[in-house]
Amino acid sequence: MTAQSKPDRLIKGASGDWEVVIGMEVHAQVTSKSKLFSGASTEFGGAPNSHVSLVDAAMPGMLPVINEECVKQAIRTGLGLQAQINLKSVFDRKNYFYPDLPQGYQISQYKSPVVGEGEVTVDLPDGESVTVGIERLHLEQDAGKSLHDRNPALSYVDLNRSGVALMEIVSKPDLRSSEQAKAFITKLRSILRYLGTCDGDMEKGGLRADVNVSVRKPGAALGTRCEIKNVNSIRFIGQAIEFEARRQIEIIEDGGTIDQETRLFDPNKGETRSMRSKEEAHDYRYFPDPDLLPLEVTEKYVAELKSQLPELPDEKKARFMRDFALSLYDAGVLVAERETAEYFESVAKGRDAKLAANWVINELFGRLNKEGRDVTTSPLSASQLGGLIDLIADGTISGKIAKELFEILWSEGGDPRAVVTARGMAQVTDLGAIERFIDAVIAQNPDKVAQAKANPKAMMWFVGQVMKSSGGKASPQAVNDLLKTKLGL
Amino acid sequence: MSVDAATVRRIAHLARIAVAEGEVEHLKDEINAMLAFVDQLKEVNVEGVEPMTSVTPMAMKKRHDVVTDGNDAEAVLKNAPQSEDNFFLVPKVVE
Repeated sequence: MTAQSKPDRLIKGASGDWEVVIGMEVHAQVTSKSKLFSGASTEFGGAPNSHVSLVDAAMPGMLPVINEECVKQAIRTGLGLQAQINLKSVFDRKNYFYPDLPQGYQISQYKSPVVGEGEVTVDLPDGESVTVGIERLHLEQDAGKSLHDRNPALSYVDLNRSGVALMEIVSKPDLRSSEQAKAFITKLRSILRYLGTCDGDMEKGGLRADVNVSVRKPGAALGTRCEIKNVNSIRFIGQAIEFEARRQIEIIEDGGTIDQETRLFDPNKGETRSMRSKEEAHDYRYFPDPDLLPLEVTEKYVAELKSQLPELPDEKKARFMRDFALSLYDAGVLVAERETAEYFESVAKGRDAKLAANWVINELFGRLNKEGRDVTTSPLSASQLGGLIDLIADGTISGKIAKELFEILWSEGGDPRAVVTARGMAQVTDLGAIERFIDAVIAQNPDKVAQAKANPKAMMWFVGQVMKSSGGKASPQAVNDLLKTKLGL
Repeated sequence: MSVDAATVRRIAHLARIAVAEGEVEHLKDEINAMLAFVDQLKEVNVEGVEPMTSVTPMAMKKRHDVVTDGNDAEAVLKNAPQSEDNFFLVPKVVE
């Protein structure tokens, strides 16, 4: 809240610098098999209304019964956000009418959420890190889905999503740039995926963000904010904030004022626009849901969940730096996705971790990026890459040959050691064989020998020739040592 | 606490209940009579008493996370005035 923006984060306006203030409300679909209050499936993409119970369809007399897994997942998420866990929380009805909300209200948590204040540490590309406060996390039901494009006069409603558990995670207005906002959602997503409490799939709506944006002169009181609804990719979040901040600055500099309103981001035009139908101020008339008793959990239960939390990205990063002596940057790259970190750890296990990190980050990631893949669909398994590194470590192949081997394993597969043997790629460490190569080169080039004796740097020419005549397979170390002796350097 | 005619119209609108203009005055009096009745509770001193959210001295029952329901679109859509391909059809709503 009191964090000061670095000067380069400020936005230049006609009347001087402006600071953008951003808070986020993130809706994360809870990973569970069945819905928050019914036994219908949460699976994505079923036939219309096939994952719907009479509870989700709000038939009269149906009663909600809470799914203990969703409660557990919300608490685990709270613990991962280093947040206060409320041992007693209450479900309320948030009343509004919309065709995809058959109950006429959403069961949500208003005054007493299951999770209170917490924080997330966000690392920025320039190395700076920012602590972003979490205001709260509460459990609520998702709504159904309306399709508007099938008929000019009618909307088609599918309730498969109706009643699926969501965690609404609300940040404090601690973000000061679109970069920070993008880094925040990236980090939050990473934490959720490490915990296994949300799959983080923004394309399928598993993670959606509403972004609150306001602008002010640095140090001034908070400006009036606009809420940008349902921005469904990290890139769009950045674009929406950039557009919205400039829009607000222009209005204020032209002598106007900002109306507090809900806006929609249009990814095709890269702009936000007012959602006019929401102009009438909402009055949700929250009250405790009489169908549900308060949600109570014990301290022992919370402690148990806490003791079973997996290692989260920040801890993993610290451990990689401590145990493997990796740089902050390398460790950050490796822990960003859980699958990546797991891949790296399995490559590094029992091997030179720095060498493993280099191969994973430079060769593997480089190659994966080029082909638009990620580590989960890598043609090269962690054990293959590990095998390749073993061959470098025990001197069987040189670093140069290793890159060729990488290509072969990538496109053709196979066991690294078997490939090296079958294709004769092992480096020649047999000193007798190397000596014969050296003797031949020396015998044919007496003039170069004289040069090398006068200027030891000229020995590099011999190294090159010997490597060439060995087909690149001679051990460079052995070649160097032997040449020095033979040339008397 | 009491409500005026404008509040009655607003509550009716929020609840999507059609109220004819001629009914407003009467409804206002009825609601105010109820509010006055409930207002008697204010006479009770509740200093230091925790708000009661439930009258049953029991903990909320929780379900296991198992899929036990669904796959019956026919039953779900049985009362729908209009449906097609297992979708509910409603008058067009566009934001």
